[in-house]
Amino acid sequence: MDLSGINPVLLIASLMVAATPLLLAAIGELVVEKAGVLNLGVEGMMITGAISGFAVAVETGSPWLGFLAAAAGGALLSALFALLTQVALANHVASGLALTLFGLGLSALIGQSYGGQKPPAMAKIDLGPLTDLPVVGPILFGHDPILYLGIAIVAAVWALLKFTRLGLILRAVGENHEAAHALGYKVVRIRVLAILFGGACAGLGGAYISLIRVPQWTDGMTAGVGWIALALVVFASWKPWRVLAGAYLFGGVTVLQLNLQAAGIAIPVEYLSMSPYVITVIVLVILSRDKSSAPGSLGRIFHASS
Amino acid sequence: MIRLEKRPQPSRAWSMATPVLAVIATMVFGGLLFAALGKNPFQSIETIFWEPLFGEFSFYYRPQLLVKGAPLVLIAIGLSLGFRAGIWNIGAEGQYIMGAIAGAGVGLAFYPLDAWYVFPLMVIAGALGGWAWAMLPALLKVKFGTNEILVSLMLVYVAEQLLASMSLGLLKNPEGFGFPGSRNLNDYAAGNSWIAQDIGLHWGVAAALIAVIFAYVLLNRHMAGFQIRLSGEAPRAARFAGVNPTRLILLCLGLAGALAGMAGLFEVSGPAGQVSIDFNVGYGFTAIIVAFLGRLHPVGILLAAALMALTYIGGEIAQGNLGLPAAAIQVFQGMLLFFLLALDLLTNYRLRRTVTEGN
Repeated sequence: MDLSGINPVLLIASLMVAATPLLLAAIGELVVEKAGVLNLGVEGMMITGAISGFAVAVETGSPWLGFLAAAAGGALLSALFALLTQVALANHVASGLALTLFGLGLSALIGQSYGGQKPPAMAKIDLGPLTDLPVVGPILFGHDPILYLGIAIVAAVWALLKFTRLGLILRAVGENHEAAHALGYKVVRIRVLAILFGGACAGLGGAYISLIRVPQWTDGMTAGVGWIALALVVFASWKPWRVLAGAYLFGGVTVLQLNLQAAGIAIPVEYLSMSPYVITVIVLVILSRDKSSAPGSLGRIFHASS
Repeated sequence: MIRLEKRPQPSRAWSMATPVLAVIATMVFGGLLFAALGKNPFQSIETIFWEPLFGEFSFYYRPQLLVKGAPLVLIAIGLSLGFRAGIWNIGAEGQYIMGAIAGAGVGLAFYPLDAWYVFPLMVIAGALGGWAWAMLPALLKVKFGTNEILVSLMLVYVAEQLLASMSLGLLKNPEGFGFPGSRNLNDYAAGNSWIAQDIGLHWGVAAALIAVIFAYVLLNRHMAGFQIRLSGEAPRAARFAGVNPTRLILLCLGLAGALAGMAGLFEVSGPAGQVSIDFNVGYGFTAIIVAFLGRLHPVGILLAAALMALTYIGGEIAQGNLGLPAAAIQVFQGMLLFFLLALDLLTNYRLRRTVTEGN
C-alpha cells in the first residue's frame, strides 16, 4: 500500500467537486422540506437532470446550456410531483418513489444514444495569480463556476430563510399549513414553487455528475446520491450551512475511499465502495435522536376545506 | 370551478376502478410514448399485452409469467403489510439480494451432497438472510427512531456491493476458470427450486400463493392484521387501543424481509441459477408498484403482479421484434404508478362543481 501518492491539497480540491452534486440536491430538498413537503424523488430528478444536461450539452456544445436544461428537466419532473401531491393530494412518500422509478426509466430511455460520448468541458475559473497560489489556489480558486454557484445558492437560501418575508412565509407554511392558510397565505402555490426550486437544484446536481465530475453518461449513474442528499437534510437539521458541512463530509468520505482504492489498500474494493452508504446510515443513527427541528407539517397532505 | 370534497370514507367502487383506469391511461400515454419513439403504438401495446398470452409463441412465454410473477408477489405481499401500517420499507431489493446470497451460500456449502434436506435449509437460510437485512432498519428505527426509508434504501447499495464481493470471491465457482459467479445451482439436483421447469413452476410460485393466502388470513382474521390496518388508518386510535408500535415495526419489516429473501433464494436457485454480479434485476423496486397497484390487498397484488410480469415479458418481446428500448418499459411501469396515485384522488374525494357566489 502506498499512501504517499495521496496529495492532501488535491484531496480537498476533489472532495469539493465530489460534494457539489450532493450539495445542490440537498439544498434544494431543504427548501422543499422547509415548505412542509417531503419529496423522495430527488434521485429521479437528479438522474433526469443528469441526462437532459448531458444531451443538451452534447448537442449544442455548450455546458452552460446543458446546466440550464438540467435545471429545467429536474423542475419539469418535480412539476409532476407537485401535480400529484398538491393537486391530486396523493401520499408524499408514494409519489416520491414513483418519481424516482419514473426518472430512472426516462433517463435510461433518453440516454441510450449518449453512451460513450464525451460532453464539452466547462472551463475552470482562472483568477490568474490567485489560482497559482500554492495550497490555497487549487482549493479555493481553481474550480468550475457551478461549484461556486452551489455555495452561492446555500448562502442565498440561508439569507432567504433568515432575513426575508418570503422565507418567513415559507417556514410558516412548513410548520403549520392550517395556520398559514388561515393567515391568508397561498399554501399550495408556495409549496409548488418550493418543489420546482428543489427539482431545478436536483437537476443541476445531477448534471454536475454527468458533465463535470465523471464526465460521461451511464444508466443510473447518480448511484444513490439523491438518497444521500435526503439523508443529508436530516443530518443538517434543516439548516443551510450544515448542509454545506455535511456535503463536504460525505464528499470527503467518497474521495478518500476512491484514493484508498487507487493506493491499493488491503481492503477489497467492494467494501470501500459501500463505505459512503454505511457512513450515511451511521450518521443518520447518531443524529436521529433529535427530531425537534423538523418542520411541523412535513409530509402531511394539505386540503383547504371550507 | 371544481371543488374537492373529502369523502367520509374512501369509496370502495373507485378503489376497485382506479387501478383499471390507471392501466388504461398508461396504455394510452404509453402508446403515445411508443409513437414518439417511432414505433407503431397499437402494435407495441398488442405485443406487450397480447403476444405473451395468446401469440404464436405463447407456449414459451406463459411459463415465464409464473417465473417473473412469483418474486413480485412474494416481495409485494411483504411490502404491503408495512405500507398499510405506514412503515416504509423500500429496500426490498437489498433484502432480496441478501436472501439469495445466504440461501445460495448454504446450498453451495452442501454441494455436491445429494440429500432431501438441502433445499429446505436453503429456503430457511434465504428467509433468514432477508429477515436479518430488514432487521437493521427495523432495529435502528425502534432503538433510535432512525428513518427506515433512508436506511433500508442505503442498505440496497451495500447489498449490491456485497453481492459483487461474493460473486468475485467467497462464492465464486472454483471450477469456473476464473469467471465471476458461483456454481450453477441448476446443475445441482438437491439444491434447485424447480418443480417443473417446462411450465415455469418452481417452489417460489408455490410460496407466492401461500403468501397470498397467509396475508389474507392475517389481515382479515388475525389480531396482528387488525393492528396493522388500524395503525395505518387511524394512528391515534391505534395508540389508544394499546397497539405496540415496536412489535408492529419488527413484525412488518421482518416479514417483508423474510419474504423478499425467500424470493431471492428461489430466483437464484432456479431461473437465475447462480450468484452473479448482475443477478438482481430490480424486482424489489417493481414490487413497490405492484403493491400499490394491487391496493395493498393480497388478491389485488396477485393480479397486479401478473400484469407487471406481463409487461416484463411483453417488453422483452417488443425489444426483440420491434426494437423497443428496454428503458421504455421501465418508463411505462413508472407511468402506471403515477396514474394510479393521481386517480386515487377520486377514491378519497368527491369532485363537486361549485357555483361562484356573487357578492
